[in-house]
Amino acid sequence: MNPRYLPLIATIAIFLIAYAVCIAQYPNMLSTRVIGNLLTDNAFLGIAAVGMTFVILSGGIDLSIGAVIAFTGVFLAVLLQATSIHPLLAFVLALAITTAFGALMGAIIHHLEMPPFIVTLAGMFLARGMAFVLSIDSIPIKHPFYATLKSAYYKLPGGGRITLIGGLMLLVFALGILIAHRTRFGANVYALGGGAPTARLMGVPIARTTILIYALSGFLAGLSGIVFSLYTSAGYSLATVGVELDAIAAVVIGGTLLTGGSGFIAGTLVGILIQGLIQTYITFDGSLSSWWTKILIGLLLFSFILLQKGLIHVTDRRRRHA
Amino acid sequence: MQASTSILTATAIDKIFPGAKALDRVDFSLHKGEVHALLGENGAGKSTLVKCLTGAYRRDGGRIQLDGADVDPQSTLEAQNLGIGTVYQEVNLLPNLTVAENLFLGRQPKRFGFIDSREMNRRAKALLAQYDLDIDVTAGLATYSVAVQQVIAIARAVDLSGKVLILDEPTASLDAHEVAMLFRIVRRLKERGLGIVFITHFLEQVYDISDRITVLRNGKLVGTRATRDLPRRDLIAMMLGRELVQEVAAEHGTKSEGGDVRFRFRNFGRKGHIHPFDLDVRKGEVVGIAGLLGSGRTETAEIMFGAERADSGTVEADGRALDLSSPRSAIREKFGFCPEDRKIDGIIGDLSVRENIALALQARRGWARPISRGEQDRLADDYIKALDIRTSDREKPIKLLSGGNQQKAILARWLATNPDFLILDEPTRGIDVGAHAEIIRLIESLCEKGMSLIVISSELEELVAYSSRVIVLRDRAHVAELVGHQVTTDGIVEAIAASAARTDA
Repeated sequence: MNPRYLPLIATIAIFLIAYAVCIAQYPNMLSTRVIGNLLTDNAFLGIAAVGMTFVILSGGIDLSIGAVIAFTGVFLAVLLQATSIHPLLAFVLALAITTAFGALMGAIIHHLEMPPFIVTLAGMFLARGMAFVLSIDSIPIKHPFYATLKSAYYKLPGGGRITLIGGLMLLVFALGILIAHRTRFGANVYALGGGAPTARLMGVPIARTTILIYALSGFLAGLSGIVFSLYTSAGYSLATVGVELDAIAAVVIGGTLLTGGSGFIAGTLVGILIQGLIQTYITFDGSLSSWWTKILIGLLLFSFILLQKGLIHVTDRRRRHA
Repeated sequence: MQASTSILTATAIDKIFPGAKALDRVDFSLHKGEVHALLGENGAGKSTLVKCLTGAYRRDGGRIQLDGADVDPQSTLEAQNLGIGTVYQEVNLLPNLTVAENLFLGRQPKRFGFIDSREMNRRAKALLAQYDLDIDVTAGLATYSVAVQQVIAIARAVDLSGKVLILDEPTASLDAHEVAMLFRIVRRLKERGLGIVFITHFLEQVYDISDRITVLRNGKLVGTRATRDLPRRDLIAMMLGRELVQEVAAEHGTKSEGGDVRFRFRNFGRKGHIHPFDLDVRKGEVVGIAGLLGSGRTETAEIMFGAERADSGTVEADGRALDLSSPRSAIREKFGFCPEDRKIDGIIGDLSVRENIALALQARRGWARPISRGEQDRLADDYIKALDIRTSDREKPIKLLSGGNQQKAILARWLATNPDFLILDEPTRGIDVGAHAEIIRLIESLCEKGMSLIVISSELEELVAYSSRVIVLRDRAHVAELVGHQVTTDGIVEAIAASAARTDA
């Protein structure tokens, strides 16, 4: 078997085992309702995590997405409260701003040869600050169009619902998989993660790819912000603090190498579902502190980093003995 | 050969780096269907020439013609599109991608706007079949050996460019069987009419595969010869040079034979690094180490300084066993080491001259007992004066100094620790002629003060000028020791060539 699939298989196995354990304890968890809620509750995180997967695959990091999500939410709330433009137009505006913001960070990272960590950290403060400038209060969104969008769903057998935002996340994952594995841009992302100097020698357009990667992450963070505002029907500048770290955790648990170059978008979806599953279990249990989510995720992260190290070690040894 | 068969011609190529002329009006011509070996010691200008040809560097003068037309590649990509492909020693492919993805990165076959993986894998398989390589092209590149990766790199380069193939030390990490496989491929490409430039430091491989040889030395063209008309001995002489630097030879005719034996290395070695050797070094003696690149010169130095830990043998100084298990303990035993590549191993570019000089002494005293600023200033000023280090002041970042002055600053660093045993690896590499003579003078005066020195150099005239004995290395083993009147450039060339012939047989 190709060792490249091992982290992905491990992730899927962990998810299935964890789900089986949950069902054994709470048979009610085996229902389409739980699955539908899992998708809806984690939609915004999943969409943002797709962008993060591309960034990490290329060997970078994007710390700004939590702040960009909050900014988008506040931006939409303020815009819809103060003006009478249609939410769809507001969505387009928000996506244009966040995409440009991501592209700008990508351009700075490439042309000024700055580490992505620093640039996107600055981007994080900037986006969070802009959100505060717009409003420090939580602003409800009462537009009727929001109610329409929220009530749109596809009913599963067994009473579960795939809501609009849950379905959107699945669509984003599907498109992400297509882009990663079936386009030259996707191939270039992997190439960049394998080593930028080598990729340059092999003719990969480094500047364009880097800028596109962060633009994509910005776009998806904006989309995630729209989804989050639909989910909460509000915009609040203190929302989604630390979401970038949850996204990074999902990406790594999904089997993507934190140093870049290896991993799968599909793995990130499973990573998101594992995180959601732990939360659902804690809800079902009722007596556990929600901090157990963090503790379990921390342990999972750690074991995945060990797994990756082990895999690299094994491949190296096999090659040396080949 | 007629001029019309020439595919790539470079005329009077100049390349100037800050403080050094890396290429000085070098001519080079490559014929269709020939393997042309490009030889020279480290720093001779081989890779600089190749980088000028492939557009990785901008040349400062001269012209390059490909198929009779002037070309001026600005990047390796442009050179590749013109028809000049390069394969490096470090495989320049992406280990995280599959074999097929590596072969077709940036030019993947598409269907309905998306990459057609099946078609790509099929083409990759067909391409590699031309090289007798039947492997799973959907597996990651990293799962294959370096030799296979090398062939894949060649397949990609030839497929992309197809006129000129430059192989930059492709065999450095291959075993004999893999080299044979690679050479079969090179011969086949030669039959297809490609011009192939082959850079290596394995002379037997040069005689095995090349049609012509061009030798560079110190950035200058020494000559181009047909391989069959150039005996090995003459080739080595071309690479190492025999013209005595008159000034140096005349001024330093006398050399100390040294006093009593001070350091005894017995059966000292490390598996896969350097074969165990015996070596006695007297007080106040310079022992020279000669050999071609890759013969184990630097390895000898590293093991003596504990940079690589010996796994056999003992060292004694005046009858007392020494601990050379790490550079720290070697420094404690009053050893010093100026490494070969001072940019990587020696200087710390952003620190000042003063800080660079104080570094080793501080390390020996331990960080708990800092050298006071006044003491550091005095130390730096003393050595700047004594060694004539040319710097505007002692606080200048050392990277701004010229190569020769950097070298002197590193020497000062070790002299400040007042060592008994000093190892100098290529102390005169990449520095101008005037600084050469100063460093040589310095080596002699250290010797007179009773210090024991090991000097590694590929400049044979220099070795002859200051060494009382010369150890000749070959294939990571000490193969000969020249004493007294045997220490001549001819004698050293003879010893290298003789041992080479013996191990080749």
